[in-house]
Amino acid sequence: MALVEIKNLRKTFGKLEVIKDVSLTVEQGDIVAIIGRSGSGKSTLLRCINGLEDIQGGSITVGGRDVSAKMAGLKEYRQRVGIVFQQFNLFPHMNVLKNVTLAPILTGKIKKPQARKLAEDSLTTVGLLDKIEAWPEQLSGGQQQRVAIARCLAMKPELMLFDEVTSALDPELVGEVLKVMEDMARQGMTMILVTHEMNFARNVANKVVFMHHGRIWEQGHPDQMLGDPQTPELQAFISSSRT
Amino acid sequence: MRTFGTIDLLAFATAFQYTILLVVLALIIGAPLALGFAMLRVSRFAPLRWLSAAFLQVIQGVPLLALLMFIYFALPTFLGIRLPPLLAVTAAFTLYTAVFLGEIWRGGIEAVKRTQWEAAACLGLGAWQQFRHVIAPQALKIALPASVGFLVQLIKGTSLAAIVGFIELTRAGQLSAAATLQPLLVYSIIAAIYFVVCFPLTQLSRRLEARLNGAR
Ligand SMILES: Nc1ncnc2c1ncn2[C@@H]1O[C@H](COP(=O)(O)OP(=O)(O)OP(=O)(O)O)[C@@H](O)[C@H]1O
Ligand SMILES: [Mg+2]
Repeated sequence: MALVEIKNLRKTFGKLEVIKDVSLTVEQGDIVAIIGRSGSGKSTLLRCINGLEDIQGGSITVGGRDVSAKMAGLKEYRQRVGIVFQQFNLFPHMNVLKNVTLAPILTGKIKKPQARKLAEDSLTTVGLLDKIEAWPEQLSGGQQQRVAIARCLAMKPELMLFDEVTSALDPELVGEVLKVMEDMARQGMTMILVTHEMNFARNVANKVVFMHHGRIWEQGHPDQMLGDPQTPELQAFISSSRT
Repeated sequence: MRTFGTIDLLAFATAFQYTILLVVLALIIGAPLALGFAMLRVSRFAPLRWLSAAFLQVIQGVPLLALLMFIYFALPTFLGIRLPPLLAVTAAFTLYTAVFLGEIWRGGIEAVKRTQWEAAACLGLGAWQQFRHVIAPQALKIALPASVGFLVQLIKGTSLAAIVGFIELTRAGQLSAAATLQPLLVYSIIAAIYFVVCFPLTQLSRRLEARLNGAR
């Protein structure tokens, strides 16, 4: 059975219909890249998957369980699904070690004495072991974002969501974050990511989803989607994002 | 009439302890209530927000002196019991602390970015854990200068307790001035005592404020 099954999803903000009849299947180990213009509903879709937004129609099933903002066990569900945002949202009053271990300790995933080891493992994955005692404000944007990823990894999620995690970064810092994500993909992590990095979508994703006006306009294999787009909207989008 | 002397100074010292007692009681009882009040003000349940906002309007709209007199003089007429002065003034200052300090803390809580709640929630923390470990420490840091500022207001505010005959520092001054007919000397001393206590706190508040602004 698919890890994520979205059926006929509808989401509105007041009168504004932001997601219209979206259906999407994500298998275990899939790397799904969501692309599309600003305002097409990409972030909202991710937020719905993580139960941050209530939904007005359709269903989202993850690991066989119905997901919604009002679901029972939302807390436990979120312990299994990591999400990383464009703004890294590290906790500024905690050092890197505490940022990474707060949730595993509070949710009882791990006892305090083992916490440091866990943090070391997660930070090694993102290549920041030497920053374990640093404070967020002492880190570059790229490093902060990698800590944010490590913070999710420490919860040992079965699904990771990324919302334009490189968009707030200086160009020279984008690569280090993408590399971490590529490593995670290679390790078999299931990932759904919203991105403007077409090369990343082409080389790492095994499925590309093009959202337009709240709908999935076109989806398929990256080579086909990016090399031979079928709809004029996707053609226009691809040629406009080639810089 | 008698001359101003040691006996007056001793009376001030004793009365000052009552001033401090009032402040401490108001803080010990009022601060937890302030935290509760701040949380009501930002509650997700609208009726709780409305109720607490209405309550805030009432307390903010009434002078502290009037609140004090209401509790001491007016409550007995329809409750039928006269509260002892200490209880009445403690009740008034506790209420005052709960609401005003609560408002300061609400401001601190709301100054923490909403995305911090979200980040904590997304890691699977419960609402209380989000508040306790992620929001509260940041809010406290933001609200600390204003909280110390409030403490100064509270210390000075306790002088109003004199009106119901509670013998704190200001009331002791009134009695001494009446007995010695030396108001200039007496009130200068009283003012100096308040100043010596409040001035360092004002400075501390300012220092904290500067550090906060410097930090971010
Ligand atoms: N909380 C909200 N309240 C009202 N409208 C919202 C809210 N969040 C998003 N929207 C609207 O929903 C639409 C889709 O927003 P969304 O953030 O999902 O787009 P996006 O595809 O992620 O865009 P971008 O590339 O700019 O991040 C937009 O029109 C946006 O204004
Ligand atoms: Mg977005």
